[in-house]
Amino acid sequence: MENLSVSQLAAGLDHGEFSSVELTRHFLHRMQAHGELNAFITEMDESAIVQARRADQLIKEKKHGPLTGIPLAHKDIFCMDGTRTSCGSRMLDQFVAPYDATVVQKLGQAGCVVLGKTNMDEFAMGSSNENSYFGPVKNPWNPGHVPGGSSGGSAAAVAARLVPLATGTDTGGSIRQPAALCGITGLKPTYGRVSRYGMIAYASSLDQAGPLAKSAQDCAYLLQAMAGFDSRDSTSMDEPVPAYTQALDQPLQGRVIGIPDEYFGAGLKPEVQDIMAQAIDWAEGQGCIIQPIRLPNTELAIPAYYVIATAECSSNLSRFDGIRFGHRCKAPKDLHDLYRRSRSEGFGTEVKRRIMIGTYALSAGYYDAYYLKAQQIRRLISTDFSKAFETVDFILGPTAPEPAFRIGEKTDDPVTMYLSDIYTISVNLAGLPAISVPCGMHEGLPVGMQLIGNYLTEDRLLNFAHQYQLATDWHRQCPPGFAQGSVDE
Amino acid sequence: MSISLEEVLNISHLARLHVDEEQARQYAADLSKILAWVQQMNQVDTREVVPMAHPLDVVQRLREDKVTETDQREKFQTIAPRTDKGLYLVPKVIE
Repeated sequence: MENLSVSQLAAGLDHGEFSSVELTRHFLHRMQAHGELNAFITEMDESAIVQARRADQLIKEKKHGPLTGIPLAHKDIFCMDGTRTSCGSRMLDQFVAPYDATVVQKLGQAGCVVLGKTNMDEFAMGSSNENSYFGPVKNPWNPGHVPGGSSGGSAAAVAARLVPLATGTDTGGSIRQPAALCGITGLKPTYGRVSRYGMIAYASSLDQAGPLAKSAQDCAYLLQAMAGFDSRDSTSMDEPVPAYTQALDQPLQGRVIGIPDEYFGAGLKPEVQDIMAQAIDWAEGQGCIIQPIRLPNTELAIPAYYVIATAECSSNLSRFDGIRFGHRCKAPKDLHDLYRRSRSEGFGTEVKRRIMIGTYALSAGYYDAYYLKAQQIRRLISTDFSKAFETVDFILGPTAPEPAFRIGEKTDDPVTMYLSDIYTISVNLAGLPAISVPCGMHEGLPVGMQLIGNYLTEDRLLNFAHQYQLATDWHRQCPPGFAQGSVDE
Repeated sequence: MSISLEEVLNISHLARLHVDEEQARQYAADLSKILAWVQQMNQVDTREVVPMAHPLDVVQRLREDKVTETDQREKFQTIAPRTDKGLYLVPKVIE
């Protein structure tokens, strides 16, 4: 059951081969049997069964859609009415959200069954899931390695077949990088395509929610239900949502694919480069035109990102004051002591570090040298992309410079950790959509390729990824120990 | 680029974070390193470049001046650390 696609699961439900309650129990059982991955912060078995019963009733009455009764997990960054929403932080350890995020609401209306909330780097700040208050997530392919981050719990849960679908958010690569490191498919939509309402903010001009699943086709189903205009998000795009699942079968003949020099430079592991070469060969075999391009400001994207993201985070996280919600210190001496100790106790090391950098960058006398400069670099990066898209349809390269690294390997040096996002970060600065697709293995760990498209071309990205997945089976690989029969059922 | 202990304490005050002396030394080292690395942005001349604050150069939408939110004070205060008679409680501010 756990290896079936969303459309196969829907067909099974439709034909009465199994009920949503049975499906839900099956995945809840797998979740509980694989607690060692630490992929979940909150398991929601009771409410899931209630939702599954409701879904079964809708299916019986023929009032169902393509996702009715399909189990899924939400990254613990999405507010869910009446449910603890921790954002991976001690600050929100006891926080029960008083309303639903738009994404949660839309997927609830689509009939999805929520199995739980997934583990993540605290406030989505991290590339390895080691920054969670609830402990690191393990990579299902090798428990000594990280799953990537910050949507590491969602990626690990999908890769280990604990859940067929999961939501994630991507501020600098937080959907694509864990998808690559766990061997699954993850899409970061165009900025504004999916509502940010009820999604706990990290860096608001970069944050975007998207789907994680085994395949591009499954991502298409999930994105279809997530995307769309929302008046409650002031940066939501008021553009029609195309039928993503209907665009999957177009031929790729004649599509122009740009290969940026800068994505194949010194930092890239040679074995990953070889795997990319095979993917490029495949695209050429499909009649795509391969064209070298330049994105000259790529290297500057990381420093620009770390100024912009930390500046926005220092402002966004000022709402955590120990007064209205979240952690409050014991016996505060005065108001100032209440703010300082509540925040210092509630936030973890990396979050505090980023608040400090952001505060510095925005402070009097330094604004022009850091924040303004970073915004100008952001413009250059965005212009590089728009120039490239004058002649190409897609930009293709690796999602990450290497497969999953070991837990603890990069925790001592924040700059080394930041560099693992080199290929994903510029996409957020420009606000473009991009997808990560599994395309090979190295030493037992998955490698992902990233395909970047122009604004609102999610349909074309999914189309390319689906065609690739029809021809290859990297997305079908299941980590050993999680394949059928490995769980006592 | 080197950040002094004094600067760290000033930033921690602005950020409303409590930092002890040992942590301040660690922050000074970390922040100096990160900011030195960020300086590579200066390789590029950006004098003529218009800063980009947001990926979509859009105008803020306006909506009709109509009440859409209902009063949910009670619900929202159930998650507050300390409240009394509909008010949020904080330590005494004025003696």
